[in-house]
Amino acid sequence: MGMRVMRRALAGMLTVLAALTLIFVAIHLAPGTPFMPRGDRPPFDAATVARLRAQFGLDQPLVTQYGHYMSALAHGQLGESFAQRRPVAALLAEAIPNTLLLASAALAIEFLLGLAIGVFQAAHRGSRWDTALTNLTLLFYSLPTFWFGLVLLLCFGQWLHWLPVGGIVDPITYASSDWFARVGDRAVHLVLPALTLGLVGAAGTARFQRSAMLDALAQDFVRVARANGVSERRLIWDHALRNALLPYITLLGLALPFLLTGAVVVETVFAWPGMGKLAADAIATRDYPVVTATTLLATVLVVIGSACADVGYAAADPRARATASP
Amino acid sequence: MSSAPIAPLAGIVAVAALSVATVGVFRRGGGPARARFLGHRGVSAGLCWLLFVGAVALLAPLLAPYRPSRQLDIVALADHAPSWQYLLGTDLLSRDLLSRLLYGARVSLGIGALAMAVAATIGAFVGVVSGYFQRSVDSVLMRIVDLGLSIPRTFVILVIVALAERVSLGGLVLVLGLTGWFGTSRLVRAEVLAIRSSGFVTSARALGATPWRIVWRDIVPNATAPLIVSAALGVGNVILLEAALSFLGAGVQAPQASWGNMIADGRDQLVTAPWTTLFPGLAILLAVMALNAVGDGLRDALDPRGATP
Repeated sequence: MGMRVMRRALAGMLTVLAALTLIFVAIHLAPGTPFMPRGDRPPFDAATVARLRAQFGLDQPLVTQYGHYMSALAHGQLGESFAQRRPVAALLAEAIPNTLLLASAALAIEFLLGLAIGVFQAAHRGSRWDTALTNLTLLFYSLPTFWFGLVLLLCFGQWLHWLPVGGIVDPITYASSDWFARVGDRAVHLVLPALTLGLVGAAGTARFQRSAMLDALAQDFVRVARANGVSERRLIWDHALRNALLPYITLLGLALPFLLTGAVVVETVFAWPGMGKLAADAIATRDYPVVTATTLLATVLVVIGSACADVGYAAADPRARATASP
Repeated sequence: MSSAPIAPLAGIVAVAALSVATVGVFRRGGGPARARFLGHRGVSAGLCWLLFVGAVALLAPLLAPYRPSRQLDIVALADHAPSWQYLLGTDLLSRDLLSRLLYGARVSLGIGALAMAVAATIGAFVGVVSGYFQRSVDSVLMRIVDLGLSIPRTFVILVIVALAERVSLGGLVLVLGLTGWFGTSRLVRAEVLAIRSSGFVTSARALGATPWRIVWRDIVPNATAPLIVSAALGVGNVILLEAALSFLGAGVQAPQASWGNMIADGRDQLVTAPWTTLFPGLAILLAVMALNAVGDGLRDALDPRGATP
């Protein structure tokens, strides 16, 4: 077990290193440069651009830049944002809590609701409810997330005025309100983006859960238990569900980074100041250090997530240990 | 002002009727597999819709009432609500939404299908080579796949597309295809590994068949079923991805219409002219739903073990 974890960690670090190199090269080889302000701001003159390029070391060969970046990274420094003239670490520190809040709320909806629907469908397979829910989850699974977000905004924000139309807190009242009102304000702003991500995700989880449950219910040990007179309720909850829950370890491991990257579009729609929006804005303004840092973070999360899933799966299922891949 | 554009509308209705009729005729013949496939109401409906949207996209120049990027009357007809003359309304630049949807179907469906074809081809090739020849080839290829799967796809595409300033449609297809084959190759590899150790391959080898003959005659035909299913379900994902990219301004560029960038255009008028956002989104939703329904049906028909009762 210890060997396995060690080997997994080493492979993970190599993957992150390779991914980082790829992204670094891709970003610097792509046409388009930073310091080319878009929109209404007047363009910089050539001398200023040259000075800025020298200041940020962009006039040096790519290999040298790569060396500098890696050595800084080894010292725990992510560099300074070109666009905002602030340390990248500070930008990340502001964005990460916001994304974590949104992602955990969405994950909770996705897994709890998806699990409940899938189990319900498997318990009532072939019924009218099952068919209706199958169609409903197919619909939600096929939704373009950003469009769903816009529709929710239009219905609940603009037409019904039940919920705010974006942002993370009320820009006017938040600063002057007390602690209790602040929590409420944050919660109200969280509802729509979390529902957008969570409902679309729950549809996928429910589709998966239903077929996992049906697979488990079709196995011999369930048939034997049923023949021995075990009640259908116990079959569902004790026998089938326990087996159908195993893949959740993998799903959870994979969901962690997905919510971070899947949130790019939803965070943009809802003006949610998280990692996704930070990355999208950075890409648009050619903010190399921020793009590299966010991609690095996302890749690290993917690697950690899948490694944890592998190890957790092996811990939970003895069969996976016996057939461990080389 | 003229009245409703009769001829184009009649054409669209005719295409719809033809699609339904085609699926109806197709349902009659065939063996148990086809019956199982088409017997499902969702699959038939999905096929009808896909035929309809595909035909309408192909015939867009004939069916569209107006040219898709023509600004009809920027003063009087901006954000015109749906009416008999402009069935789905017009957008901020007074372009006819129905015409743009029809032309957008070509772009969105075309990118989805072509990118998935690129991804499925590469994925199948890598999977077969990796699964059959194993050893060092396998470990090198699978490390590349691990790497590809661990960099979030949306990020990579956004970085490539956004940093390249303008991307042609062909470039977009390539980027979407080249970043989409990793999962497919794993799937095909697993299938090839299973087939490789089965009895009939061992006997073929004992009879002196060359490796390439075994790959082509024995392994590839048996590994296509999961490939087809994953490709069918993958097209919908690519369409959603293209829409998200275009929505972020990193996909199909104006004035060319795609369903995704139509939503991006309409977003600022969400309150005053909701139809500019709602209709393209509905088009995406229905197309992806139809693709997923047909993909589910294919999976159940090709792999009876996993069939949902």
